[in-house]
Amino acid sequence: MRSKYLIIGNSAGGIGAAEAIREVDKSGSLTIVSDEPYPAYSRPLISKYLTGERTLEGMLFRPAEFYSQNNIVSLLGKKVEGLGLESHTAELDGGERIVWEKLLLAPGGMPIVPRIKGIGERGVFTFTNLDDAKAIDGFLDNASKALVIGGGLIGISVTEALVKRGIEVTIVEMKETILNTILDEQASLMAEEALRQAGVSIVTCHTVAEISGGGVVRGVTLDDGRGIPCDLVVVAIGVAPRIELALGAGIKVNRGIVVDRYMATNHPDVYSCGDAAEAYDFVYGVNRLTPIWPNAYVGGRIAGLNMAGIKAEYPGGTAMNSLNYFGLDIVAAGMAAPPDEDGCEVLSRQNNGIYQKVVLRDDLVMGMVFVRDIERSGMIFSLMKDRVNVGSFKQALLADDFGLVSLPRELWQERLETSPSRLVPQPAMPAEAVEDFAGE
Amino acid sequence: MKKVYVREEVCIGCGLCQVYCHTEHSRSKDIIKAFKREIPRLLPRIRVERRGEVCFAVQCRHCAEPWCVYSCLTGAMRKDPASGRVIVAAESCIACWTCLMACPYGALTRDTANRIVAKCDLCPGQAMPVCVANCPNEALVLSEVEAK
Ligand SMILES: Cc1cc2nc3c(=O)[nH]c(=O)nc-3n(C[C@H](O)[C@H](O)[C@H](O)COP(=O)(O)OP(=O)(O)OC[C@H]3O[C@@H](n4cnc5c(N)ncnc54)[C@H](O)[C@@H]3O)c2cc1C
Repeated sequence: MRSKYLIIGNSAGGIGAAEAIREVDKSGSLTIVSDEPYPAYSRPLISKYLTGERTLEGMLFRPAEFYSQNNIVSLLGKKVEGLGLESHTAELDGGERIVWEKLLLAPGGMPIVPRIKGIGERGVFTFTNLDDAKAIDGFLDNASKALVIGGGLIGISVTEALVKRGIEVTIVEMKETILNTILDEQASLMAEEALRQAGVSIVTCHTVAEISGGGVVRGVTLDDGRGIPCDLVVVAIGVAPRIELALGAGIKVNRGIVVDRYMATNHPDVYSCGDAAEAYDFVYGVNRLTPIWPNAYVGGRIAGLNMAGIKAEYPGGTAMNSLNYFGLDIVAAGMAAPPDEDGCEVLSRQNNGIYQKVVLRDDLVMGMVFVRDIERSGMIFSLMKDRVNVGSFKQALLADDFGLVSLPRELWQERLETSPSRLVPQPAMPAEAVEDFAGE
Repeated sequence: MKKVYVREEVCIGCGLCQVYCHTEHSRSKDIIKAFKREIPRLLPRIRVERRGEVCFAVQCRHCAEPWCVYSCLTGAMRKDPASGRVIVAAESCIACWTCLMACPYGALTRDTANRIVAKCDLCPGQAMPVCVANCPNEALVLSEVEAK
């Protein structure tokens, strides 16, 4: 089979690319392959599947008719096993072969599973896709205690779902605080407090040395010899980019698939994005892994535009997370916790459970954390993204009345598109009323 | 598409746009009930900013490149291709607030009581958005710019 565009991965990145391609090229053949058997669904919602709040239908990222309406061939439940770059081909597990002109690699990540004793017991799960959620769901009837290895985003997400299902959860985190790659210490401690209040036990500075069972999980032993009984274990120590296809084809890979500002790999017809790719991070100024949904979508969008012949530059992405676990709203982006001796200036304030922090370097915003009061985080994020020098108004960034009006006039004018000449008022009221009010 | 622009030079910061927006997006559509009785309260989707002499109203820009749409984890936020409006589907929004962080204007608000993001919808069903229709000094205008 031939397809002008071939997209591997039917998730944030793949859909972002497909939508961009269709904005530009309505008819060029477009195929999406995924080894998951479902139409694109919101991966972060697998926790709501586990709690029973959402069915697959309620998790769909696009309406069911998305593929037919956009003239997209979806090959679901099929895995791409190998790529031929010279022949511009992809081999599927059923032996089919697809000849493509432009290829997007959006294969996401694979959960990292440590090679510890007992990892093969029944009752050990990962939590990155819908089938994981289904598998855990099918196991909960006879379970009352769970142990989650890893206190990152995925670990906290599954913890919340399990707690809602009435399961007692212990989290074992190797570092000193949970969510340590996303938050700074203060915000992490606030998150820990919210988890503890919900009845979650948290063990930090330790790892699981082995899982005991004898067919089915019965407990774990920590690295200090301590035993914790449990009925199931969820491994959530991280996700690694799925680079096997790229490696096999000789595409340049560092930690992830390396792409330029147009989301192209070192092969001009092959693009990549999302959790699998190492793309430009505007805070660090270098290519990095930033495995979050918005960056996958935007990277996919840029890749798609370029694949369809519209030159578009990726503005870059950085880590940005909005967490709402156990009723606590936290937003963090960029360098939430700058490495010391980095010449950073930290502005912060804290009272009544509210915590806000902005990290600056050379008067550029490098990172931010907002706990509870998150309403103004978008404006700060955009100053970070646009690399605006905030030197002249930095004291206003965390003020109660911070707003666009706190920015220099040129900046808010540009943001509000208020070039006065363009704006011709249209009658909004009866003519006499207008006269009464407008009086200059 | 048509959207609302503010003419800062004539905005007097009176806040009437906010009052009318709040009322329009209430259940009762009654100004007093909307403010004093409705629980959970619906929220205004426009904000008046003031600093010294300068004041202006801010609401969703219905961007050509809508970062809130690109950032939405569930597909709830989308740009309607026909009208150009950025709209949120109540049944899909999970109130994760990722869009809020992605919006450069701070134009999105948490409606925590109803677990949904509140934003300007340009008042569907009204000939003119109520903020524009009720601005006493024509500081808010509904104006056409070239669609993307
Ligand atoms: C529980 C959980 C909660 C999360 N919460 C958030 C959050 O709150 N905010 C946020 O921003 N991000 C969150 N994320 C991360 C977010 O889901 C990812 O960043 C995003 O899904 C990445 O999209 P992607 O398109 O790169 O890849 P993925 O979503 O991983 O999709 C890749 C797809 O490609 C398929 N595939 C891979 N290789 C092949 C092959 N060879 N052949 C065929 N198909 C293949 C995979 O099976 C998969 O379906 C969360 C993730 C999880 C698991």
